[in-house]
Amino acid sequence: MTLLWIPLLSLLGSIISSMTGKLTRNQSTGLTLLMPITALLMTISLAPAVFSGEVIRSTFSWIPLLGIDIAFRLDGLALLFVFMILVIGILVIFYARYYLSSNDSMPKLYAYLMLFMTAMLGIVMSNNVIQLWFFWELTSISSFLLISYWWHKAEARNGAIMALTITGGGGLALLAGLLLLGNIVGSYNLDIILASRDIIQAHDWYEVTLILILLGAFTKSAQFPFHFWLPHAMAAPTPVSAYLHSATMVKAGVFLLARFYPALAGTDIWFIIVSLTGLATLLFGAYVALFKHDLKGLLAYSTISHLGLITLLFGLDTKLAAVAAIFHIINHATFKASLFMATGIIDHETGTRDMRKINGMWKFMPYTATLAMVAAAAMAGVPLLNGFLSKEMFFAETLHQQLLGSMSWLIPVLATIAGAFAVAYSARFIHDVFFNGDPIDLPKQPSEAPRYMRLPIEILVVLCLVVGIVPNFVIDDILKSASFAVLGGYVPEFEVSLWHGFNLPLLMSAIAVSGGLLMYTQRHYLFQFHASLPSLNGKKLFDNSISALTKWCQVKIHTIENGSLQRYLVLMFVVVLFFAGWPLFEMNQLSGQKPLTPVDVHNAMGAALLMIGAISTVIWYRTRVISLLMLSVVGLMVSIAFTRFSAPDLALTQLTVEVVTVILLMLALFFLPQNSPKESSSMRVLRDLGISAGLGIVIASICYALITRPLESISDFFLANAKTGGGGTNVVNVILVDFRGFDTLGEICVLGIAALGIYKLLINLPLYIPATDSEGRPWAKERYPVLLASISQSLLPLALLVSFYIFLRGHNMPGGGFIAGLVTAVAFILQYIAHGSNWIAERLTINYRKIIASGIAIALLTGVGSWFFGRPFMTTWFEYFDIPFIGEIELASALVFDIGVYITVVGSTLMILASLGKLTANEPANAPSKEVNI
Amino acid sequence: MELLYASSVGVLVSCGVFLILRSRTFPVVLGLTMFSYAVNLFLFSSGRLSLNQAAVLGTSTEYADPLPQALVLTAIVIGFAMTAFVVILAIRGRTDLGNDHVDGQVPDTKNHNNDNNNKVKV
Repeated sequence: MTLLWIPLLSLLGSIISSMTGKLTRNQSTGLTLLMPITALLMTISLAPAVFSGEVIRSTFSWIPLLGIDIAFRLDGLALLFVFMILVIGILVIFYARYYLSSNDSMPKLYAYLMLFMTAMLGIVMSNNVIQLWFFWELTSISSFLLISYWWHKAEARNGAIMALTITGGGGLALLAGLLLLGNIVGSYNLDIILASRDIIQAHDWYEVTLILILLGAFTKSAQFPFHFWLPHAMAAPTPVSAYLHSATMVKAGVFLLARFYPALAGTDIWFIIVSLTGLATLLFGAYVALFKHDLKGLLAYSTISHLGLITLLFGLDTKLAAVAAIFHIINHATFKASLFMATGIIDHETGTRDMRKINGMWKFMPYTATLAMVAAAAMAGVPLLNGFLSKEMFFAETLHQQLLGSMSWLIPVLATIAGAFAVAYSARFIHDVFFNGDPIDLPKQPSEAPRYMRLPIEILVVLCLVVGIVPNFVIDDILKSASFAVLGGYVPEFEVSLWHGFNLPLLMSAIAVSGGLLMYTQRHYLFQFHASLPSLNGKKLFDNSISALTKWCQVKIHTIENGSLQRYLVLMFVVVLFFAGWPLFEMNQLSGQKPLTPVDVHNAMGAALLMIGAISTVIWYRTRVISLLMLSVVGLMVSIAFTRFSAPDLALTQLTVEVVTVILLMLALFFLPQNSPKESSSMRVLRDLGISAGLGIVIASICYALITRPLESISDFFLANAKTGGGGTNVVNVILVDFRGFDTLGEICVLGIAALGIYKLLINLPLYIPATDSEGRPWAKERYPVLLASISQSLLPLALLVSFYIFLRGHNMPGGGFIAGLVTAVAFILQYIAHGSNWIAERLTINYRKIIASGIAIALLTGVGSWFFGRPFMTTWFEYFDIPFIGEIELASALVFDIGVYITVVGSTLMILASLGKLTANEPANAPSKEVNI
Repeated sequence: MELLYASSVGVLVSCGVFLILRSRTFPVVLGLTMFSYAVNLFLFSSGRLSLNQAAVLGTSTEYADPLPQALVLTAIVIGFAMTAFVVILAIRGRTDLGNDHVDGQVPDTKNHNNDNNNKVKV
């Protein structure tokens, strides 16, 4: 349980600190610090158990069916990282309190920092690799937020985007690798994966898995050639750089190497890839760092170089190399964090980070200078400091490897050269900044930093010294238990101490220090040489490839998606044609075993009328009124077809919908051009004819194949239960309001939404109303024929009565809410047509939106009602009552549901037609004609 | 009979698709309506064709399949709602854009009227 609390507290801290906007800076900092300090105390209480070799686990079942748990695990390696993340995190938060100017939002920085801390803690403590990956991505996202903290600066935004692209891309590779790994082992549990070394390394996918996981690690740790995002991430506030680029974010990559070391390392391919990448990064970073004029740029490349060193150590084939790697992780975190913080102070006090301007700071800030110089000496690997010890171990291990066969001596030589460069750039950091004459036109007059701003640096520098002088005393336990975890249970005998006697590594150190100092004194030649090199700019390469990719995508998208609906439709229809038509060619026989029914004259005539109607619609499609009339013939024939094939409910629905649709299209035609111009080329018409004929043939064949095969339907259930379970004999209606009532509820919602959408579309529509019809004749003066008006008025009660009847009998005979609703709507529409909407508005004030809402509410509440009787949603209740004089009648809750359907249908239909119809009523008699030329 | 039914569906599909591929909104709406007739008939036929069979319980021992009927019934109503929406969208489009072309602009005016983003090639 305690384990879960560590990341949880940090997450809580993120939330709390985001809400401290109204508090003073000290209060905000104090509240924020509370959580990680509690977490740190908890970790300390767990430490003795971990030191004694125990692995603490805690697992919470999440989706047991898929074997997915929320699992945490604390072993020596995780403990080391948790300590680093928390301790340096606390110091950074404290430091940021003094670093941020009053214009910067403190809660924002703290919330992001704590979120980032949560993500890091999650990575190092996960016992499930998918969960690990989740936190991994969370670090990418939160570091994006942190780097772009000063979002108003373009370099911050660009740096953040670049970091996210590179580390996010690596994260995807990592995910692929982890999924493969999980597949190989058969579990995503880290315990099981770490114990399955032999299975993994014997598997065919081992190489692919390894490369994918290494890609994740290398992008995160800024290894060559993915290093270039890190210098650009320096656009972040310095506390962020101190945290992300010393102890955490970039260390996540090397953590991954350490974490999977027991499972993945030990093969030739691991050693070759990891060591050569590390070596290249070590040399490249150390070399470039020397030439950076920006203080943070120097530190960034130095970080890259040190990460390369750690990676190289993991790639050397000796056990002690891994121990040295872990040791250097600790040391680098301490001296680099303090150096970043010191840089922050210098930047803060001088207003610049350009080393060509900052000189002679010793005079202005002796205290900070001393601290920075000690930390820089640790970076260079000077004796009595922690950096010296791990560098000594590193030199020793380069002598013991056999990676390059007979050329293995190259590695110690190159390592010494890199060491010399490290000394040179550290010397530059010390000499150029604190001595070397006087400052050159600084933006600010420098002075010593606030007392407490130096406190975090003091703590870290003291750590550097203590570890450097009495290593066994402070570092032994944690180093041994972390090595125990990395090496899978076996720790070689080693002793970290200051003095090993005169040996080869000491000689290498001496060469590095003296060579580095010599290099620094002769740096003018080096600078000249460097300036003459062609510059290889990673950022430019990145920018170019990103913009090329974007351009390529845009071209591709515009080819397919060029804004023409016709083209999209053609593409879609062709795809449908292909995929629907293909299986037909693989079928042996189109017709099935079912005996065919003979054709009678009526049906043949009906079908002929239907086809003639359809074809006429197409032939006269340019004369819109005629084509609409032809379409209505088709609709009528469809409803007759439903009657013929024993579906009276459908026939009634189709008939009423047909009436409503044709009225709607007539109304629409009033606002649209009366004719379609001839636009398509003959080729186009031919192509469209081909596509439509092909689709027609395919669909007809499928339809024929379907209906000539015997039916195995699930409808027997509905037939058997309609009366006994649903209380109705009209099975179609019982299905609608009872068996599949939930579907119907959804459908009336769609209807209501469509009506509301139309209402919204017609609001404030500056409609153009033609003054004459298409042939230039003025509209008839008598807009509402008397005959129609009087007949329709007398028809209204009758029509309402019919619809009521259709509604009531719906449960047992053809009818029901849908049909009754449409009939009612048609009756009202007739009134609109006969009298105009103004006449109706005088007599009837109806808010159709409220009607739709109440209809849906009634249907919904009927469904909810069954909960009160302890039944599932939408359970039907029905009972028969014997009422005197009337006889036995049935009352069912489904009837109430059907009322809801009825009301929704009436409301929606009337809303659609009345809103459109109303627009015609506003017609001014001689509207200014603004006929649009088409 | 089955052949006749299937070919009717096929003719409706063909006519519907042809109209949908036209360049002005009104024929497209007609095409959509026609196409939805075809789809409804097709779905309906998945219960097989049954002439003169009972639709209401208690009147016979053989019944037409009620399930496709129930599905098609709601499909008809929703089809209407969608047709209505498209029609109103067409009216709104014509008012706002000044023409009733499905792409929102008539091809002739497109070439000199717009940057290369809206190049229309079909």
